[in-house]
Amino acid sequence: MGAEFVQFSLTPMLIGVLVAMACALPGSFLLLRRQALIGDAISHVVLPGIVVAFLITGSTATLPVLAGAMAAAVLAVVLIEAVKRLGRIEPGAAMGVVFTAMFAAGVLILERSDTSGVHLDVEHALMGNLESLIWLDAVGWGSLTDGAALAGLPPELLRMAVVTAGMAVLTVLFWRPLKISTFDEGFAVGLGIPTQLLGFGLVIAAAVVAVAAFDAVGSILVIAMFICPPAAARLMTDVLGRQVGWSLGFGAASAIIGYVLAGYGPLWLGAADAVSAAGMMAVASGGFLGLACLFGPRRARLGQERG
Amino acid sequence: MSFLAALSLQAGYNAALVAVGAAMLGFAAGAVGTFLTLRKRALVADALAHATLPGVALAFLAMVALGGDGRSLIGLLAGSALSAGLGLWLIEAMARRTRLPEDAAIGAVLSVFFGAGVVLLTVIQTLSAGRQAGLEGFLLGSTAGMLWQDAVVIAAGGAVALCATYVLRRPLQLLAFDPQQAAALGYDLRRLDLALMALVMAVTVIGLKLVGLVLIVALLIIPAVTARLWSNRSGRMIWLAGGIGALSAYVGAALSASVADVPTGPIMVLIAAAVFAVSLLVAPQRGILAGAIRRARLRRDWA
Repeated sequence: MGAEFVQFSLTPMLIGVLVAMACALPGSFLLLRRQALIGDAISHVVLPGIVVAFLITGSTATLPVLAGAMAAAVLAVVLIEAVKRLGRIEPGAAMGVVFTAMFAAGVLILERSDTSGVHLDVEHALMGNLESLIWLDAVGWGSLTDGAALAGLPPELLRMAVVTAGMAVLTVLFWRPLKISTFDEGFAVGLGIPTQLLGFGLVIAAAVVAVAAFDAVGSILVIAMFICPPAAARLMTDVLGRQVGWSLGFGAASAIIGYVLAGYGPLWLGAADAVSAAGMMAVASGGFLGLACLFGPRRARLGQERG
Repeated sequence: MSFLAALSLQAGYNAALVAVGAAMLGFAAGAVGTFLTLRKRALVADALAHATLPGVALAFLAMVALGGDGRSLIGLLAGSALSAGLGLWLIEAMARRTRLPEDAAIGAVLSVFFGAGVVLLTVIQTLSAGRQAGLEGFLLGSTAGMLWQDAVVIAAGGAVALCATYVLRRPLQLLAFDPQQAAALGYDLRRLDLALMALVMAVTVIGLKLVGLVLIVALLIIPAVTARLWSNRSGRMIWLAGGIGALSAYVGAALSASVADVPTGPIMVLIAAAVFAVSLLVAPQRGILAGAIRRARLRRDWA
């Protein structure tokens, strides 16, 4: 746990934890509103967003990429709603039509255009490159108080910290209306809460998290963290506040355990190379969900025998 | 010119076989997808498709460990079917035995299995045999460098899936529209659901090499919802969806074989999506234009 850990492992691990926590907050509400898969749809359409942004601006700088991804996410949400209403198609199928078509368009444009000079490919978008987000300027734990070294932190860390803090603030601010409209939409309307606007806001918040996180950790970890920790938490308690707390805990623990298993696990087994950290974090979150399914105190439905 | 050649099966034996196989697979996917979307379980197929990745990777590792080169398509597809089956079982178990809704179970299986697959892919990359593995082709589909026996597997698999769908069409139709009636007629609903998911799995596994696991779900969903726009009768819907699926897959395979840098899976999906978009606009009763005309007439008659 010395200088090497701070240099190579601390920042990817922290980014993983932040992503997990930022996803768990909107994820908890999406799960209860039966919209868990919207995270899946959004993380697929991020790819066409970045590809088109790259073609327009010709750069892979952070700002245009994030703007493109965000625009694609909003477009996807609007299109899903439009297909659902105009074609009278059930939500799951509408989602499937829109995100696969947009993803396919992204892949095709990517293959057809000359992007060989830049780091832009499908596998990167799916799997991320958490391992490369290291802190080269660090020389040990002391660097945490060294201003010059801190300036060399990967920008993704700061971005995720801001997004996570923003999600926390939004969750606290909108706690009451979100809670009421999630559990009893009719009552919420009666109280004068704009439930449709609130629901749209929640989806947009999820999109912001997905977009901010994808290029560090890849879409697949984003989807896992939107769903698995909140689902595991749902099996632990009947109280919303505690459920969100459990989600945050499960998410953070999955990120840490996943990173350790990916980075050090193969070495324990005698192999020479680490395996995908983002993939292992997703697996760890699945492990927690599996345990919660088997042993969670609130795993059964009301009135159903525990089995 | 070469596109026309590919379209008329003149672009070589392999390409012709792939195109025919793709058309059969597309037909089966459209027809099976009709039952799947009517049963409102479209996204279960997405989870199944993503759950194939660890199976493909494990099958590769197992075949290498046994001394093979690990690229036998049959072996890889068998592995993918096993892990997709496990994923399906987990979804059912989670949705039935815990309080989690099915969409959460779908998302959990999808992401965790895919994550496990990615971990295994990085393991394969570090092995010496991994350099020629070409397993990335299973993500988005590729026909480039496809072997003669692979094309045969796809064509034969497409034909089998097509026949199975035809044989099972009546009970599945009943299951999709009126489960109570099906139960009253003596069908075992659980087994019918299982048969439907087995067909979905067959289409997914066979389509893996051609369309890729990220997009195969589109060939199940898009033709089916497109057909729904054109017809209110399920019998006709199946044929329509099958036709749209076959057309998209066939033209997509031909385009991909004749134009450079056109990946097979995405182009098939985009053709199907284009048919859907046009249908959404012009379909006779459920289309946007038809709705607008109806509203305009209503307004005129009332004025």
